[in-house]
Amino acid sequence: MKNPNRSLPMLIKFVAGVLVLAASFMTAMVFGAADTTIKEIWLALTSTVKTDTITMIREIRLPREVGAIFVGAALSVAGAIMQGLTRNPLADPGLLGLTAGANAALALIMALSPGAGYLAITIACFIGASVGVILVFGIGALKKGGFSPLRIVLAGAAVSAFLFAVAEGIGLYFKISKDVSMWTAGGLMGTSWTQLKIIVPFILIGMLVAFYLSRQLTILSLSEEVAVGLGQKTNLIKLVLFIVIVLLAGSAVALVGNMAFIGLMVPHIVRMIVGTDYRFVLPMSALFGASFMLIADTLGRTINAPYETPIYAIISMLGLPFFLFIVRKGGKSFT
Amino acid sequence: MIHPSIIKKQRIIVSTLFVLIVLTMIASLGLGYSSVSYDRILPTIFGHGTFKEEFVLFEIRLPRIIVTLLAGMALAISGAILQGLTRNDLADPGIIGINSGAGLGIAVFFLFFPIDAASFAYMLPLVAFAGALLTAVLIYLFSYKKGIGLQPVRLILVGIGFSMALSGAMIVIISAAERQKVDFIARWLAGNIWGTDWPFIWALLPWLLILIPFSLYKANRLNLLNLSDPVAIGVGVSIEKERVILLLTAVALAASAVSVTGGIAFIGLMAPHLAKALIGPRNQLFLPIAILIGGWLLLFADTIGRNVLEPEGIPAGIMTALIGAPYFVYLLLRK
Repeated sequence: MKNPNRSLPMLIKFVAGVLVLAASFMTAMVFGAADTTIKEIWLALTSTVKTDTITMIREIRLPREVGAIFVGAALSVAGAIMQGLTRNPLADPGLLGLTAGANAALALIMALSPGAGYLAITIACFIGASVGVILVFGIGALKKGGFSPLRIVLAGAAVSAFLFAVAEGIGLYFKISKDVSMWTAGGLMGTSWTQLKIIVPFILIGMLVAFYLSRQLTILSLSEEVAVGLGQKTNLIKLVLFIVIVLLAGSAVALVGNMAFIGLMVPHIVRMIVGTDYRFVLPMSALFGASFMLIADTLGRTINAPYETPIYAIISMLGLPFFLFIVRKGGKSFT
Repeated sequence: MIHPSIIKKQRIIVSTLFVLIVLTMIASLGLGYSSVSYDRILPTIFGHGTFKEEFVLFEIRLPRIIVTLLAGMALAISGAILQGLTRNDLADPGIIGINSGAGLGIAVFFLFFPIDAASFAYMLPLVAFAGALLTAVLIYLFSYKKGIGLQPVRLILVGIGFSMALSGAMIVIISAAERQKVDFIARWLAGNIWGTDWPFIWALLPWLLILIPFSLYKANRLNLLNLSDPVAIGVGVSIEKERVILLLTAVALAASAVSVTGGIAFIGLMAPHLAKALIGPRNQLFLPIAILIGGWLLLFADTIGRNVLEPEGIPAGIMTALIGAPYFVYLLLRK
């Protein structure tokens, strides 16, 4: 394979990534149930003028799209780290039990303490996400020599089916299924500044740590022996990266609920552009994931305005071709 | 030649299961939101009940029991055929996406065709069959590789991808048109048995009456197909033709069942395994047992689900996922 890194200077690729993000952000802000103009958005962002449209932008659309940016970035970076860490091309927070675990925890905390605040719910999601992923990898570890990448996805599917059933059962049993599905299927609907203030710091911390460790991740993604040989404390780094994954995926679920495939697709697309060095893959995944999420959300809001089409449904449809492609390609060397 | 003692063993198991099913039916008749005491069941069946007792038994509970029983049988045999055809222990119409295909067919039908009350129940299985068949063909194409044939793990993975994407597509289609129906589809996906009325039984019954004897008649072919391809060809089976016919049978059985029960997975996975554990892998021996176990499992799951939570109950699909997912993991580990 030719080295795609050299075809264009990295800086230009990143500038292009930022431009794409800015363009998707503007698109997302302009289109919707009520279309706005670029001038109004500018006023909403920079001035203190108050008109109906501008207030609408500030209080409804802006928090929502900011949420989309952070969720998209968090899930994509989490997916990229998982793929590197497990050397499994099919790793994705939604496929390996994290999302389902966070969902079950969310249902549980809503059932046990109905008045729980955002912070408590977010922390419950972290715990649930780690339980989910530990279950999946625990099952994988039970088998001598571990699971092949394809099999671990099967274990993930079974654990997810189980945890989703638990979540739904809890919801029905405590008669809170409406509230639970508002969270899990609601997507970005009703994202508010208060919510963002609690969740965004977690995502930011997670991403900064991930960027800081990206060099180590690159080495780990090559092989365990190389990493040890280069004097890396592999267990420590794995543990930290694991916590980062849980932080990122857990916060994403706390904000939008179910979302599979995005953490799978984005890193693969990004690798085609910047190669396999995680120092570039991670930031680029964040940029691309954010743009992707913005576009998907805009689609969800406009296909059938003023109603919303659930964003996870749109993403899982867009994600299928990628999944099939990777299964086909990955099957060669990974079965 | 099958040893007489095994045949005797099979008879004993079959009759035990019959008794078990009848007992569960009786228990299920007496349990529910509106109580009918057990000593009133027999008199009511013989026509000496009050209006309320007759209504509850004949119009509400009995149809539901029969529908669950039939659907469980159909799913079990469909799973058994799929497992045999793909030589894959993990095959199940729900897991590999055939159910979601049927669901998508139903969703499209709901939206784009005027619903005629008289023929509605009878059209459903047909529509579900069309959707499921299309999905099965796609899954087959995507997991087939020239020279290698069907790869078991890849087949399941492709199926999981399809089932996620098709569930998403169902929601997108429905929410793009009629908001009230979103709720129905959400419940369909959760596996809520909804076709609980006599017309649905009449719609489902002919499919089973034709296809179950047909599959039993094909049991020997299934045995041969379970061997390697060269052996099967050597003893004179026209593999491709038999495969297509049996695949059609399996798809038709699963589709007709889920058209009235909603997306129920894992029954088709568990029943054949339990049956094989009881009597061994010979198809003519274990198929009847698998059918009975499947019917009983779904009836049992639904009876519990219906009574854990009144008045709405927990969908049968959730109950089967709670039992079936751990079983799936167990199978995954054992191989």
